[in-house]
Amino acid sequence: MPDFCGIELAHPVVNASGTYDVIAAGRVFGDALLDDFPFSAFVSKTITPEPRAGNAPRRIWETPAGMINSIGLPNKGLEGFLAEDLPQLAQLPVPLIVSVMATNREEFSRLVREVGDRDEVAALELNVSCPNVHSGLIVGEQPTETEALLEVLRPLTEKPLIVKLTPNVANPEAVAVAAEEGGADAVSLINTLKASAIDPATGEPAVAAGHGGLSGPAVRPIALQQLRAVRAAVELPLVGMGGIASGADALEFLAGGATLVAVGTESFRDPRAGARIANDLETAVSRAPSRVEALHLD
Amino acid sequence: MSAPFGRRACEVTANVASGGYRIFSLRDREGPNPAPGQFYMLASEREWGEGGGRPYLPRAISVAEAAPASDGVRLDFLVEGVGPGTDRLCDLEAGERVWLTGPLGNSFSTPREVNPEAAGAILVGGGIGIAPLAIWRRHLVERGIPLRVLLGFRNEAHSGGLEELFCAGGSLCPDVRLASEDGHAGHQGYVTDLLATMLAGDDATSAVVYSCGPPAMLEAVRALCAEHDVACELAMESPMACGFGACFGCAVQKPDGGYMRLCVDGPVVRGDAVLEVAHA
Repeated sequence: MPDFCGIELAHPVVNASGTYDVIAAGRVFGDALLDDFPFSAFVSKTITPEPRAGNAPRRIWETPAGMINSIGLPNKGLEGFLAEDLPQLAQLPVPLIVSVMATNREEFSRLVREVGDRDEVAALELNVSCPNVHSGLIVGEQPTETEALLEVLRPLTEKPLIVKLTPNVANPEAVAVAAEEGGADAVSLINTLKASAIDPATGEPAVAAGHGGLSGPAVRPIALQQLRAVRAAVELPLVGMGGIASGADALEFLAGGATLVAVGTESFRDPRAGARIANDLETAVSRAPSRVEALHLD
Repeated sequence: MSAPFGRRACEVTANVASGGYRIFSLRDREGPNPAPGQFYMLASEREWGEGGGRPYLPRAISVAEAAPASDGVRLDFLVEGVGPGTDRLCDLEAGERVWLTGPLGNSFSTPREVNPEAAGAILVGGGIGIAPLAIWRRHLVERGIPLRVLLGFRNEAHSGGLEELFCAGGSLCPDVRLASEDGHAGHQGYVTDLLATMLAGDDATSAVVYSCGPPAMLEAVRALCAEHDVACELAMESPMACGFGACFGCAVQKPDGGYMRLCVDGPVVRGDAVLEVAHA
């Protein structure tokens, strides 16, 4: 049983934020979703202070071994989330991690305080791949911005704070160190890689926003390298993700220093991918070299 | 009824050419009988994202016909190869397996469910979009609901499926009329020309229109129905990675300015529930 920031989990496979809507999936697949829940903890999509409709289509584009998305964080906003979604997410058979994002420290503080106060929430993930409206800088691209934000948010809740790192920086380990200095309990990585494609039919960018984030197996070696670099720089537990599609893939991330792994895009191809990967991981661990067996996955 | 949770491997039992299209059949041993308008996410077990490259994501394909059998449901799909995913589906061979998730999405409503005054149905299909109208036509016929079917194709190379899906006793079903832009079959011009003539008739408002086809055609159907105050249901398409509400890719704009997810809020959408059908 992995212990993640004091939360006991049945296995090391969770979902990546924004890649699984369990409320919609419950309508599609019925009770089987909860009876056979694919993840050991559920990470919500990112909640922002106010409702967001999301970006205009086209939003997704298939690429070699992956996809580009520019969804634009559609969500009901804090009030809508607390009133409508949280009671349903509280019914899940696993701990709930809520992802939050805001563009200034006051709003971020409100999110962390109000979400962190709810008993249904086991931990918060901070989506820092957003600009600070005062500085104009992407918080998660700047160690100083990241540390300053954590210093504001850390005292507001006793719940674990996980910082989701962006891969679109030269030194993600410097941001991870800043998160650790600021009081984060864990770091998750990677978010999607900034990417573009051109629609050959139009000669225009393939997604309406012009660019988006690349995910899927195409990004896996990059994710693994960043994970290893961060592992060498901080003591915090890590949630590793980026193109994990099999138990063997997940094992690479655990061997690279992750405590948990997250599955995102693969769930689009297989709604039960999380359970399949968790199961295959057990088998893979039993066959792996002793260094990996020492991870104590059982 | 819920779809079974997760994807399942289904055997390909047949794959035949039909004009410029292919019709392949799967044996689904576990799933429920799909409702007309529903779709599945499909990917071949082999040569699909295995060694990297494309295709990578499963493809959303509407079911064209379904027939319960002792060993499961036979599912028929009409496909045209227009990219790496549909090309691979066109190449499926009997005996190989396909990953399938579904049935997904909502389904067509009966004319009376849409409009209590409705006396019949007009089905308007274009190109590969005739597929869901085939299974819907059979359901309507079985319920004794009067209907007319208008089907259009760009040209002979981009047509197919009629013989297998809209014929009886070797000839086109009597309720079906054709249009083609190149004039190779039926009226030379757009299928929406036929719809415009029909809606101009006296009894048009007693019908409900059901349509599936390319976005520009769907938008023309939506606009014609709005102009004549005739209710319509559109089976739409949108780029979709998952089919079960997870990826948020298949956004379609609603009249209030927000977006719906076509996979869980559609693919069948009332004409007045969309602002317009976006098309190039």
